[in-house]
Amino acid sequence: MSRIEGVLQTLKGQGRKALIPFITAGDPHPDETVGLMHTMVDAGVNIIELGVPFSDPMADGPVIQLACERALKHSTSLRRVLAIVREFRQTNDTTPVVLMGYLNPIEAMGYEAFADAAAEAGVDGVLTVDLPPEEAGDVAPLFAERGLDSIFLLAPTTTDERIRAIADHSSGYVYYVSFNGVTGAAKINVEEVAAKVAHVHELTALPVAVGFGIRDAETAAAVGRVSDGVIVGSVLVDTIARNQADIEELKRALTDLLNPMREALDSLAS
Amino acid sequence: MSVKLTEEMLTALPDARGHFGAFGGRFVSETLMDSLMTLEREYLRLKKDPEFQATFDKDLADYVGRPSPLYFAERLTRETGGAQIWLKREDLNHTGAHKVNNTIGQALLASFLGKKRIIAETGAGQHGVATATVCARLGLECHVFMGAEDVQRQSLNVYRMKLLGAQVHSVQSGSRTLKDAMNDAMRDWVTNVDDTFYIIGTVAGPHPYPLLVRDFQSVIGRETRSQSLEKTGKLPDALVACVGGGSNAIGMFYPFLTDESVQLYGVEAGGLGIETGQHAAPLCAGRPGVLHGNRTYLMEDDDGQIAATHSVSAGLDYPGVGPEHSWLKDIGRANYVSVTDDEALDAFRMLTLVEGIMPALETAHAVAYAVKLAATMDKDQMVVINISGRGDKDIHTIAQLDGIEL
Ligand SMILES: Cc1ncc(COP(=O)(O)O)c(C=O)c1O
Repeated sequence: MSRIEGVLQTLKGQGRKALIPFITAGDPHPDETVGLMHTMVDAGVNIIELGVPFSDPMADGPVIQLACERALKHSTSLRRVLAIVREFRQTNDTTPVVLMGYLNPIEAMGYEAFADAAAEAGVDGVLTVDLPPEEAGDVAPLFAERGLDSIFLLAPTTTDERIRAIADHSSGYVYYVSFNGVTGAAKINVEEVAAKVAHVHELTALPVAVGFGIRDAETAAAVGRVSDGVIVGSVLVDTIARNQADIEELKRALTDLLNPMREALDSLAS
Repeated sequence: MSVKLTEEMLTALPDARGHFGAFGGRFVSETLMDSLMTLEREYLRLKKDPEFQATFDKDLADYVGRPSPLYFAERLTRETGGAQIWLKREDLNHTGAHKVNNTIGQALLASFLGKKRIIAETGAGQHGVATATVCARLGLECHVFMGAEDVQRQSLNVYRMKLLGAQVHSVQSGSRTLKDAMNDAMRDWVTNVDDTFYIIGTVAGPHPYPLLVRDFQSVIGRETRSQSLEKTGKLPDALVACVGGGSNAIGMFYPFLTDESVQLYGVEAGGLGIETGQHAAPLCAGRPGVLHGNRTYLMEDDDGQIAATHSVSAGLDYPGVGPEHSWLKDIGRANYVSVTDDEALDAFRMLTLVEGIMPALETAHAVAYAVKLAATMDKDQMVVINISGRGDKDIHTIAQLDGIEL
């Protein structure tokens, strides 16, 4: 069983929901990322999605675009991101790490070289925003052979036929994008999400995590009620941007954001 | 090295997943997949629909003014002292460039799909103007994304778009040129996918765009083929076109791909010189990667980050290229070369003074290479340059280089 499956099964047994933060590796500086990851673990997160910076993040809004720019200013390459995960693993053997990004840095490194290096560094899953399952035929088997979960997106526009096909290619969990739009937009409609996620649950046995538009304890709880986990991104990245000059203050701010979300999710436990 | 192409090989490409050999495909976020699949299905149906094709042909004739002439540049030929140089006059199209062939086709598709809101990216502004134009004609809401740097250097076209009723969004992110405009157009599309049709301006982007833009632009090569036979009794020996994303080039090349005797030359922007790194020539100096929905030759660094590009011409200032060109390069069917900013500027002046035809700076790249090429060829041979657009939009840039305030 993969580390991701293990964590999600344990939570399910406890009637709890996964809290999954997203931050961009290397933002505000690559030397700080491991520390921020530990801070988030201390605040009760269950899985970390670590963004791999890319020069052209087409699916992201301004907040994560700027995070990529900050990280790239300090040359946060994919290799550097893998080194960050390796360092995190030296003191944390339990919290799954999912790399989330765009295909070109992986393609530039080479699929096999990346799969080897990611497994060796202690990465658990890979979510490539611009790689639908149709194009993943070459890379998905390399991940599977090394125990890396392939995580794919589902969207409001995804047809039933595709939901089934995508779930067939997925392991760990599926990521439901809560609205048509880029990261950081404030468009979430909780009732629509609830209906769609319930429907996705009918079509696959995989856990469903929901991201895009979750920015506080209230939205986290509302979405957590109908899903297996919530992904929180832009609000954390925005906090990093606002506190980049003072890392201790930044860690306090992240903790202050995540704690109420954790509590709100746990208050749902049956 | 070069493969002999047959009609069967060509009709099999792109394959069902939008691949041209190792290139092309559909690398987009899940939100867009359903729209792209619907577009593909509807396009493949309409491609065979006589009514759709008849409407397209009629618009090209009566609105765009096709066929565009194939003109013998007698004086340029004499000055060059080599092969006969002929010009395919896409600059005479309504709105002044080849771009309108494609926007007519895609706007027609949008109408068939019932979409009322149109978005587009633009570099030089020619595609933006062509899109704004068809939207004005069909009463569609039009949003054009344009890099902030290009808004400045192509201010005339910005104003034209506004007069045509379009909203121009100045894009401040990244390098503030064409690639960033395309990023923001994709972001808008993801957000408004239910009611919005994205009119992509070149043969790049996810499948089926490289296919349908190529089909719409192929009228250039089809006309050139029959005009050439009619006027000279033979096919040209060489075709020369500039390559930004590659739509005017593929439109010219495609109907000649199986004619082995016809040499194809795509001219990329060499900027300050390939050796300086300050250029926009992915086929000459890049490597395969994935950007904007397709796998193709790209300019990127060792870590897979997209590199900044440079060209004096906004329409060629793009780090990628249409996937079909990447395939034509790898199988050796087409040759890809580059000319520098300075060579293009010289060619702009030359064509203007010698033939009284002022080309777009993009087009001037093709002119510069074609003149060099023709000089090495025999007098009984024939070179056709695709004059993809006219140069009015570039007069500010030229004046600035001359130190003249307009
Ligand atoms: C006149 C003209 N030629 C060529 C291009 C380059 O595009 P493509 O390579 O798609 O023909 C442009 C783009 O703006 C243009 O305006």
